[in-house]
Amino acid sequence: MSAPAKFPSSAAAFFSGVTKAWTSAFFLVLAGTYIGIGALAHGFGVGAAWLTLSTLLVWAAPAQVILISALGANAPLLEVALAVTLSAIRLFPMVVALLPLLRGERTQLRDLLLPTHFTSVSMWVESLRLLPAVPREHRIAYCNGLSVGYMGTAASFGVVGYYLAGELPPLLAGALLFLTPMSFLMSTARNARLMVDRLALVLGLLGGIVLAANHVQFDLMWTGFGGGTLAYVVHRLREAAA
Amino acid sequence: MSAVWNELWPYFVLILVGYLPNEIWRVLGLVLARGLDEDSEMVVWSRAVATAILAGVIAKLILFSTGALNAIPLWVRVTAAVCGFAVFLAVKRSVFVGVVAGELALLIGGFLFAS
Repeated sequence: MSAPAKFPSSAAAFFSGVTKAWTSAFFLVLAGTYIGIGALAHGFGVGAAWLTLSTLLVWAAPAQVILISALGANAPLLEVALAVTLSAIRLFPMVVALLPLLRGERTQLRDLLLPTHFTSVSMWVESLRLLPAVPREHRIAYCNGLSVGYMGTAASFGVVGYYLAGELPPLLAGALLFLTPMSFLMSTARNARLMVDRLALVLGLLGGIVLAANHVQFDLMWTGFGGGTLAYVVHRLREAAA
Repeated sequence: MSAVWNELWPYFVLILVGYLPNEIWRVLGLVLARGLDEDSEMVVWSRAVATAILAGVIAKLILFSTGALNAIPLWVRVTAAVCGFAVFLAVKRSVFVGVVAGELALLIGGFLFAS
């Protein structure tokens, strides 16, 4: 199903985007992921209002998981900030790739502020797929509608997971907490098409285990820098040898 | 004063170590969005670092679980994760099917071997 080619107004384009978000494949993925994050927040003793605000402001599931689990474990604030920022670097190339699709002749910088903040994996993948069929003057409105649809879904299911985690019997509550690592493991593995990304995934899993088991300080930062750089170096060496 | 501060402190922390370090990359993208393509070396490296850090978080959440998940034995958690991932690989890399398989394995194992 592709987006309709014409909209009577910007509002129509916006609401078409919202509807598209609620009927796309990412709806289920987001709902499951944020039910898991809600349960995680409950487990680490973070408030529901705080969780919702973090969804609206941070709007990146990996950063939110790092933030909640590290803050809940009383990690040093500097380490939390470093881990969050390392996980967020990927947003930079995504914004760079998205904006040319949104920009028109009369587009001003302030029109791009919201789509910039809304940029995340789900919105980005769907925008790149759907926007080319939307008339350029309505793309920003459509993209904002799509994002608001996704963000509303995430915020709502986060609260659902938060309260479910408190009400369910322990085994089911444990299963809710298991949703986050499972959905992250598999969506990361699915996105890792290139050898360098797969190697980074494996090295990160091993590094996370070894460093955390030995109580190394800043374990996540070293895992990211060390594992990621090692994977990159291997990738360069293989390219040089080929 | 200190009561108000205690109320607001978590939100201050959210802005400082959550929102700002995350948002800076979006803003940089907006400001510097010119001539950087998906295959540039900088982008490949940053994606590898982001993938590795996320993998580290995944490993920690499964191995060093907290709360209700910690009541399920470690070997059950690891076996369930491996089962889920194997199913994910077998069924055309479907995240949904893989997650459901991992969850079922965890529930069965947790039911049989609750500690």
